[in-house]
This record gives sequence, structure tokens and C-alpha cells, in this order.
Amino acid sequence: MSELIKVPTAAEFIAQGKTPEVLFWVGCSGSFDDRSKKITKAFVKLLNKAGVEFAVLGAEESCTGDPAKRAGNEFLFQMQAMMNIEVLNGYEIKKIVTACPHCFNTLKNEYPELGGNYEVIHHTSFLKDLIANEKLTISGGKFKGKKITYHDPCYLGRANEIYEAPRELIEKLDAALVEMKRSKRNGLCCGAGGAQMFKEPEPGNKDINIERTEEALDTGAEVIAAACPFCNTMMSDGIKAAEKEGKVEVLDIAEMIASAEDL
Amino acid sequence: MEYIPQIIFALILIAGVGYFTSNIRKMIRNIKLGREVDRSDNKKERWAQMARIALGQSKMVRRPVAGFLHVVVYVGFVIINIEVLEIIIDGLFGTHRIFAPYLGGVYDFLIGTFEILALLVLVTVVVFWIRRNAMNIKRFTMGELKGWPKNDANYILYFEVVLMSLFLIMNATDFILQTRGVEGYAHAGEIFGSFPVSQYVAVFFETMTDSTLIIIERAAWWIHIVGILIFLNYLYWSKHLHIMLAFPNVYFAKLKPKGQFTNMEAVTAEVKLMMDPDADPFAAPDPAAMEEEPASLGASDIFDLDQVQLLNAYTCTECGRCTSECPANITGKKLSPRAIMMKTRDRLEEVGAVINKEGEWKDDGKKLLNDHITTEELWACTTCNACVEACPIGIDPLSIIMDMRRYLVLENSAAPTDLNNALTNIENNGAPWPYNQMDRLNWADEL
Repeated sequence: MSELIKVPTAAEFIAQGKTPEVLFWVGCSGSFDDRSKKITKAFVKLLNKAGVEFAVLGAEESCTGDPAKRAGNEFLFQMQAMMNIEVLNGYEIKKIVTACPHCFNTLKNEYPELGGNYEVIHHTSFLKDLIANEKLTISGGKFKGKKITYHDPCYLGRANEIYEAPRELIEKLDAALVEMKRSKRNGLCCGAGGAQMFKEPEPGNKDINIERTEEALDTGAEVIAAACPFCNTMMSDGIKAAEKEGKVEVLDIAEMIASAEDL
Repeated sequence: MEYIPQIIFALILIAGVGYFTSNIRKMIRNIKLGREVDRSDNKKERWAQMARIALGQSKMVRRPVAGFLHVVVYVGFVIINIEVLEIIIDGLFGTHRIFAPYLGGVYDFLIGTFEILALLVLVTVVVFWIRRNAMNIKRFTMGELKGWPKNDANYILYFEVVLMSLFLIMNATDFILQTRGVEGYAHAGEIFGSFPVSQYVAVFFETMTDSTLIIIERAAWWIHIVGILIFLNYLYWSKHLHIMLAFPNVYFAKLKPKGQFTNMEAVTAEVKLMMDPDADPFAAPDPAAMEEEPASLGASDIFDLDQVQLLNAYTCTECGRCTSECPANITGKKLSPRAIMMKTRDRLEEVGAVINKEGEWKDDGKKLLNDHITTEELWACTTCNACVEACPIGIDPLSIIMDMRRYLVLENSAAPTDLNNALTNIENNGAPWPYNQMDRLNWADEL
């Protein structure tokens, strides 16, 4: 890309006496994990293309506390939440978009009781709206006619009943969406939720991500579409274990749209 | 002398209903051992939810085969109970089919409907028995159902078979006695009721004498109504309490998004104090707060769970839909959301038994945590909400798992080591991995 994309911080907005249209909450995975950073960058490119005036918190962002809360450490969760709320309220943030369903759920549902009230939108819903408002156009490009299956993240699907926005985006790519045996409200977890991402699984006969990846592979899809950085990691590991690397890709929906648009 | 059967019937009825009531009161007492929880909000939405999910069985039919079969038994049970009302009145006043003269043609229609439903229930119960015992469906055969839970489920099916058969035998013999104009059954040449099913059962009895028929009819009548009273009293000891508790359970179920976990107010107060720059760390604590014994954070026993969670435990029918959808259980981990509910009820009954014996709660040295539910089960949960979504009657096993995890972490600092490392990272640098918070925006340089 020749054109330099600027990622302004909320502090920079304030310094210019402006407030951003929306705050992009990047999340820990999107900030630090090499695979997830690609999702972050793809989404920023789309925001930029659609001309959205967004800001990030940058170094002022901190973990929402989701893994702490699900691990049972309510104390740490509330410490994180109150620190973040102080920052967000300081910048008078009203609207937040995030590509991580865990951050989404926590910010949307668990921050209000601690004094943080925002309109929180998952990036798939946000992209859907941008397209509906004709701020962003997408064409199938390289995904046209490809068999794609979509893995429902628990914290987007069951937890918040968002099943359709991601599917509509996949259909806009002219891809052939094939459903796994367990999908939507019956979707099987990737195995990362509830802070499992950060610990070894308990003894069993299989890892959850392997079970889920096998189910995705059974559809014959060439692409497993994800909408959560943690699901993405788990499914990518599953693909490696199944030795399907290079044959089946795990992509976030934002990445798919960005690459279809050659961004 | 002629009133003796009625007096006996009244005594049996009083004993049956009385014993049942005393057990239900014990159950309510046990539920009240839990913490109070306010679910008095959104009454309209709660009634609507109850109508849809409990009365309307909307979540049952998500699995079409089991759902359809269940609806047959459910509708049969509810509607045939109208007939039980008549049976009770007849028993108390020595009347015969007391509703018939008042309802006329409607009565014939009702009895006909009851008979068809009774037949459908019989067939369905047989299919249920085959599914449970011969089809090797994992949720019916797995470890936690061995022994009493499996027997309990079968006993209920046998009960249904016996009750429905007695109902049809009673009607068949009654039909013949009415046709023959036998005293006590005759109504001036009129036949009360219609018998679309039992007229075929009647074929087996046609050659019998009047007196034999009366004995069979009376025996069937008595065993049927006494059977119903025994069944009523069996409920308290069985997974079958759901036929009553499903309704309040769905009413009180969580309405908030499934991903929203409860906020711990006690922690909020402490965190606010910590973050308040004007707070005086040496100030004397509020005397009102000192009087109460500080409640434990999270749950290690049933006393720390809330009353809705305890109601959940009594309501669970052990169908295992939750467990069959649980990612941890599917992949061979020890966790089973159904077992979480069963163990919670077991512990609650264990505590209740101490109270029954001692008159008040005396520590028995046991707890829900470790004595019933192990930490291995608790840490296997991905909090994915599949169990909550799967439950046809609004039970939330995840909330119990979460409260127990909270106890482990907040009271015992007993999180698994690798998880503790991630939590320490969050505390120190605002991310579960050991990266510097100042580097959070480094990705922007790679655009």
C-alpha cells in the first residue's frame, strides 16, 4: 500500500478538540497476537476505506477483564473494568466497535453496572451497516462461489444472539455458505472461552478445537470463516493438527472482505 | 355402613395430599437456605416466557422426536387430570360420573378424548422405555445415570403404564355395567361417556358376571386413584418434580443476555474504595456493615448459591440435553452440566436431612465443593452457554460453575497455575500475555 493509513488515538482527537465517530476497541489479542493483528489491520483498512472517523485508545487500552471474570477473579475484572471506564468516560466515548466477541460482550453487558454505558457493536454488525449505508461496497472477488463455513463464536452467538450479521457478509461475498452440523444457537465452542485459552485443558479424550475443526472440515469448505480472534487461533491450530494447512484457510470475516477488495 | 368407602377414600385423600404438602414445605424450606435473589422485575416478560417455554414447550420440540413424544405425554397428563377431579368427587360423595348430567354431549366428547389420549400416552411411554433402555442413547446410559437415576426414570414410565391401563379397564368394565343396566351404574337407559378405546378392551370382560365386573371396576377405580396419590408423593423423591417446578423455574429464569454474568456487589464496593483517592484507609468501618458476618465470595456450598439456583436443582429432570451439548463432556472431560445439577440437589437433600433430624442445621463437615463437585469439573467449563441454551426449562448450570470458580479464586486463590500466570499478566501489564502495555499500538506501524 502506497497510501499511509493513520491510526489516530482518542488523545489525538481530544488534542484537536474533536471527538471520534466511533472508538475501535482493539483488544489484547488484536494488539499483540501475530495472527490476530492481521484481523486488526484488515478491519482498520476497511474503516479507512469507508471513511469512518475512528480512534483507538492505544497504550491507554487495557484488558477488558473478560478472562479474569470467567476465571472467577471478579476482583481483577472489576479493577480492569473501572480503569477502562475511567479512560473511556474521560474521552466521552459513546460508541465502540470491536472485532473480539469477548470484549464486545464484556463492554456491552458487564460495564454498564460499573458505570460504563456505551453503544457497543461487533465489527461484523458494523461492517454490515457500512455496506447497507453504501459507505462500503463489497464484491465476491476471490471468494466468489467458494465453499465457506462459518463458526459461531459463543460470545457473539448464544451469548448475544448475533447469528445473521456475519452470515449476511459471507453471502455478500458471493460465497457458498455451508453450515456445520452444529451451528447458530447449537454451535459448538472452539474451546477457548471461559479463560480456557490460557490454561491446559482437563484430561479427556480429545481437544475441543480438534472436534470442532473436524466438523468444519466435514462440510468440505475451503475457508472456515471466524468472527473472533480466539476462535481463529483455535481453529487454525485444529487445521494444523489435521494437516490441512494450505488447503483450508481460517479467516476472519473482516480479512475476507478486505482481501476481496484487494486492500 | 354404606358410607364406609367414602370415609376411607376421604382419609386416603387427606393422607396423600397431606404428606405431599409436608414434603413440598420441606423443599421450600431447603430452597430458602439459599441467598435471596431479586427476580421481581419484568413481570410481563416473565409470564410470557413461562407461557412460551413451560406451557408451550417451545424448547422441548427443538429436538423433534423426543419433543413430540413429550408433548403427547404432557398434553395427556394435563387433560386426563380433569377426569381425576371427577373421580375425586365421585369418591367423596359416592356418586357415579357426576359431571355427565351437567355436561351432556360435551361429557361424552371429553371422556372420548381422555381415552384416546390415554392410549397415545401408553404408546409413547413404551417408545420412551425403548429409547431409554434399548437404544443406547448416550445421555441415558452414561455414568451419572447409573443406579437410582435410571431406575427412577423407569419407575415413572411403569407408573404411567399402570395408571393408563387402569383408567381404560375401569372405563371398559363401567361401560359394560352401564349397558347391562346394573344398579349403581344405570342411568335410565342412558350411557354416560363415550368409550372409543375401552370398548375394545371390553371384549375381554364381556363374558364375566355382573358381580365379577363390579369387583374389577371398583378395584381398577381404587388402585387408579390411590396410584395417583402414590405418584404425587413419589414426585418429591424423583426427578419428576419438573411437572410442577418447570413453571416457576422458567418464570424466574435469567432474562438478561446469556453472556452477561452477575456483578458481585461486595467486590464493587471494595474496588471503588481502593480506587477512590479520597478514601481514608484508616477510617473505622461502617458499624452497620460490621454487624453482619461477611458472606463468603463465591460458592462452596448450597448456602452460598441463590434460591433460583436451588430451585433449578429440584427442577432438573436429568434429561441430559445440556450434557450432550457440552463441549467439555463431548470431548471426554469429567464435567457434565447435568451432574452439576444432580449433585447440587443431592447436597441440598443431604443438608435438608440434617435439618429434619436435628431441627436445625448442624455442620456435617461436608460441602458441595470437593465432597460432591470436584475442581476438575469446574475448570473444564468453557462458559459457552451451550448447556443453558439446551435446557428446555430454563436451568442455568453455568451460573453454579461460575460461583464455585469464584470461591476457588477469591477465597482460596486456587486457580490452575497457567491460568494464574495469565491473570498476573493482566494485573501487571493489562493483557493476559507478558507484553508491555506501551506496545499495544505497535501493529499500526505495520500497516
